[in-house]
This record gives sequence, structure tokens and C-alpha cells, in this order.
Amino acid sequence: MLLNKEISEQWRTGRLPVMAVIFLLFGLASPVIAKYTPDIVKLAASSIDIHVPTPTIKDAVAELIKNLSQVGVLAAILLAMGSVAGEKESGTAAFVLVKPVSRFAFLAAKFSGLALTMAAAVLICGLAAYLYTDLLFAPLTVLGFGAACLVILLGLLEIAAVTFLGSTLVRSSIPAAGIGIVALVVAGVVSSLPNIGHFTPFGLNELADNLALQQAATGWDLPLIVNAGFVVVALAASWLVFRRQEI
Amino acid sequence: MAAAIVCHGLVKRYGDITALDRLDLEVPTGSLFGFLGPNGAGKTTTIRLLTGLAWPTSGRAVVVGLDPTRGGIEFRQRISHQDQQSKLYGWMRGRELLEFVGRLFGFRGPDLRSRVDEVLEKTGLVEAAGRRVAGYSGGMRQRLNLAQALMNRPQVLFLDEPASSLDPAGRHDVLDLLSNLRGQVTVFMSSHILEDVEKVCDRVGIIDRGRLVADATMTELQARFAEPVFAIELEPGQAAAGADLETVLGQSALVGGIGREGAVLRVAVNDASRAGPEIMRILAASGVHVARFERIRPSLEDVFLRLVPSQRPPETRK
Repeated sequence: MLLNKEISEQWRTGRLPVMAVIFLLFGLASPVIAKYTPDIVKLAASSIDIHVPTPTIKDAVAELIKNLSQVGVLAAILLAMGSVAGEKESGTAAFVLVKPVSRFAFLAAKFSGLALTMAAAVLICGLAAYLYTDLLFAPLTVLGFGAACLVILLGLLEIAAVTFLGSTLVRSSIPAAGIGIVALVVAGVVSSLPNIGHFTPFGLNELADNLALQQAATGWDLPLIVNAGFVVVALAASWLVFRRQEI
Repeated sequence: MAAAIVCHGLVKRYGDITALDRLDLEVPTGSLFGFLGPNGAGKTTTIRLLTGLAWPTSGRAVVVGLDPTRGGIEFRQRISHQDQQSKLYGWMRGRELLEFVGRLFGFRGPDLRSRVDEVLEKTGLVEAAGRRVAGYSGGMRQRLNLAQALMNRPQVLFLDEPASSLDPAGRHDVLDLLSNLRGQVTVFMSSHILEDVEKVCDRVGIIDRGRLVADATMTELQARFAEPVFAIELEPGQAAAGADLETVLGQSALVGGIGREGAVLRVAVNDASRAGPEIMRILAASGVHVARFERIRPSLEDVFLRLVPSQRPPETRK
């Protein structure tokens, strides 16, 4: 019931359609950009002799993963920042929580709605990119590409979960977004460090790349568990904060 | 009659600020209880504590036999809350919002539809039921807020300023609706519109700076706290004489304060039986032409102004 309300809200307030359109555009654009970048570079610098390698399916996948993770994290923060804080600020959280609804159910519905919106956006982006990559390069395997999209989704949900925790802690969307952005910066810095980079959302991009291209991907069990663990820990912390919070 | 709401030494502090200071209160079951106080007096804090949205620093409350902080789902099945500040979900349609609330309370199928129809009818929102809440006027939103609070047929209904945004006809309808709930539902209503409280409530609590300064029936309050008041209406064209009269009356030891509303002087006294003849003597000696002289029934406003000194206009103080 609460989840139904969340999904209806995502759709009718325009968040879901806008996300779908933006992700669709990035899904379509990524293989196109990869394919035509050499032509664009040659046109832009016609007087200079530049050798640009012929684009391959690897470039298409790399372009998609880069775009999806960059746009995706921004979308994750924008969706999660007001998720709880916005309802506390407007009084609708009190409106619901004074009724026979457990705080756990309230939070669970909120994050599930958010996660489903993110999943739908990634699915749309993935489908568009899959079809255009097939058209412009060569077919990718459905299983491998699907797994790559799931790995990217996990990374996006991590950022969303930390922002969601921020949204639970504070009473306004802006500081919640600040917490999400800090998490994003920390994840960005840590992802470039050797040995521990794989344990961050951006570190998973390498795994997504390997999966999409059907390349060997071993030793990823622990990073996947740790990344999923971050989501669980952030949600558990949200629940611990929210269960005794004055609304 | 058993009490639907009981507070024992309820205290709520926010840092150094004491929002509620040892509130002791009993609200009888089935009564309409008006909770009055100036802004920041602690009315909303009290409602938040009694509905389980906030926790007391010390003391305890019992509502419908349950502790609001521990009553959980069972407690929330039995109460309802209408918050003036709540924006509701603007993207929903009116009927849809009531259906959503009804489902939260366990209504399904035909029961849900008939209950929604019933509360829409009661609150005069039948025609607006298909419109988006975001497009509602302030008054319609307030009616919808009341409608959602009635969905579960609560045992105790907490209302925060239920008629403040309504036009006179809307206020009349809502007060009528609340009057009809008498005996069936315990209503705890905070308001700053004293006239509304006077019209529908059987019992009144007055809170000032976190402290309950009165809790009694309307009649008891008027008998205990309202100063007797005499009204003197002067014939037109006697502004100067009126000002002189005001000065002379103000010098009398029997007069507690004087207020002026146009040509009418309101004279508050401590002892009506001694002050009446004294005022008449002053009037006769002054030579002013008096159109009306009467002892007026003290209103809830008189009681409120007496008990909450910070709200008294300067000219009535002495």
C-alpha cells in the first residue's frame, strides 16, 4: 500500500518519466558517441593530422558505463535527498506516521520506491544502449550485459542509500544532498586508491566492463559483498535513527 | 466519566527551553475539549506528545488507556490527528487521499468506498473529490484534513486549529460537525479563535508559556476567572466628555481596567455589587448622555485575557 503510493508519487510528480527520458537519451547516445567520436574529432580539427583509432565495442561499453555512473549518481542523490527529509519538512511524514503504519514500513516503502525508480531508469538506459550497440558495433551477450547493468545499479544504490540516511538524519533536503555529495567525493577519492578502490561504487565499473564484454572477472566476490553491505548498513542506520526520531 | 486523555506532570524541553512545564490534565471521554493559548504557549507540543509524534522529557500521558510513546499500531488505530501545518499529498485527488488513509486503517472494497463517500458528504467535499489536492483552496484543504481525520471513526480526535482557514459558512459547518460528535468522540481541539471554542467546547484548558493556567468547564471559568464588566455606550458627539469620564472612572478603586471600542467603554471591576452604584453615581455627576449602561456577560475572551496577561491590550491594564 505504501509502496504503491511511492510508485504513484514517483510517476505522477514526474520524477519517474523525467528519469526515464534522461536515462534513455544517455543509453542511446553512449554507443553513438563512441562510434562517431573519431569523425567528430576529424571534422573539428580538419587542418591537423590526428590519428584516432577505429572505435570498437569496448569503447561503446566504456562510454555507457562512464555516462551511466556519472548521471546515475546525480539522479540517485536528487531522488534520495528529499525522500524522508522532504516529508518531514512538509508535515506529510507526521500525517502518515500518526496512522497505523510502522516506521519500518514507512522507510522500507520509501527506499523500495526509490530503488525501483533507479532500476527502471537503468533498465531503460541499458535496453537503449544494448540495441544501439548491436546496431552500430556487434551484439553483446544478454546475460553479461544484464549483469553489468545490475552491478552499476548496485553502485548507484549505494550513493542513494547514504543520501537516504542523510535524509533521515536531517529535516531538510539540502543538507541531505550535502551528505550524499560528501559520500560521492569520498567514494571518488577512495576508488582511485590501489587495493581498496574496488570496494567503492566507482570501483565496480571495472567489473561491469568485464561482465559486459564477457571478459574474465575473478576476485570480485568480496568487493560485491562489501558494496552491498554498505547499502544494508546505510539502511539499517536509517532505521535506527528514524525509529525513535521525533517527527 | 472516565478520562480519555490523562497527563501526569508532562514536561517537554528543547535544550534550555521548556516548551511544556508539568502539565496535569484530564479530558473526560466524549467531551469537546478546547485548548487555548497564545502562539508558542505549548499547544502543538502537547498535541505532538499526545499523538506519539514526540516524546516527553519527563512525566507521562495516557490516551485511550495507552501510552502514546509505546501504544504503537493499536494506539494509532484508535486516534486521529488533523494538523493545520500538514500540506497533504498535493499530487493526489481528494477522494484518492481519503482512500489511501482508509486503506492505512484497514478499510477495503465497498466499506472503503462508502466510508469515503460518508466523510466527503460530512465535510462538504463531494464536488471537489475528483480534483487534485494541490488545486484546493486553504479552506478546502482544511476540510479535507478534517475528513481524513474522521476516516477511522477515532475514539480521540486531535485537531489543531480546525477552522482557522475557513470562511464563516465553512466555520459554521465544521463547528456543527464537531458538535454532532459530542458524546461519540473525545475531541481535543487547539484554537486561537476563542469564539469557536466558546461555541462548541464543554471544557477548556488555557495554557501560557508551557503551564496550564486553567482547566474547567466554560461556566466554571466564567464564574471563577472573568472580571465583571460594565458597558457604557455614549450618545454620539461626546468624545471630550467621554475622555473625561474615562479619567474619572479610572481613578475609582473599584475599577480594574477600562477599554474603549468606539463609543462604548468597557469597564472591568472587581466587585460588581459595589462598583455598579459607584459607576452610576460617577455617570450622573459627569453629565454625559448615556445611550446604554449594562453589566455584560463575561466572554471566554475576558477569561483568556485575564489569565494570559501578555495578551491583554495595554489600555485594559491598570
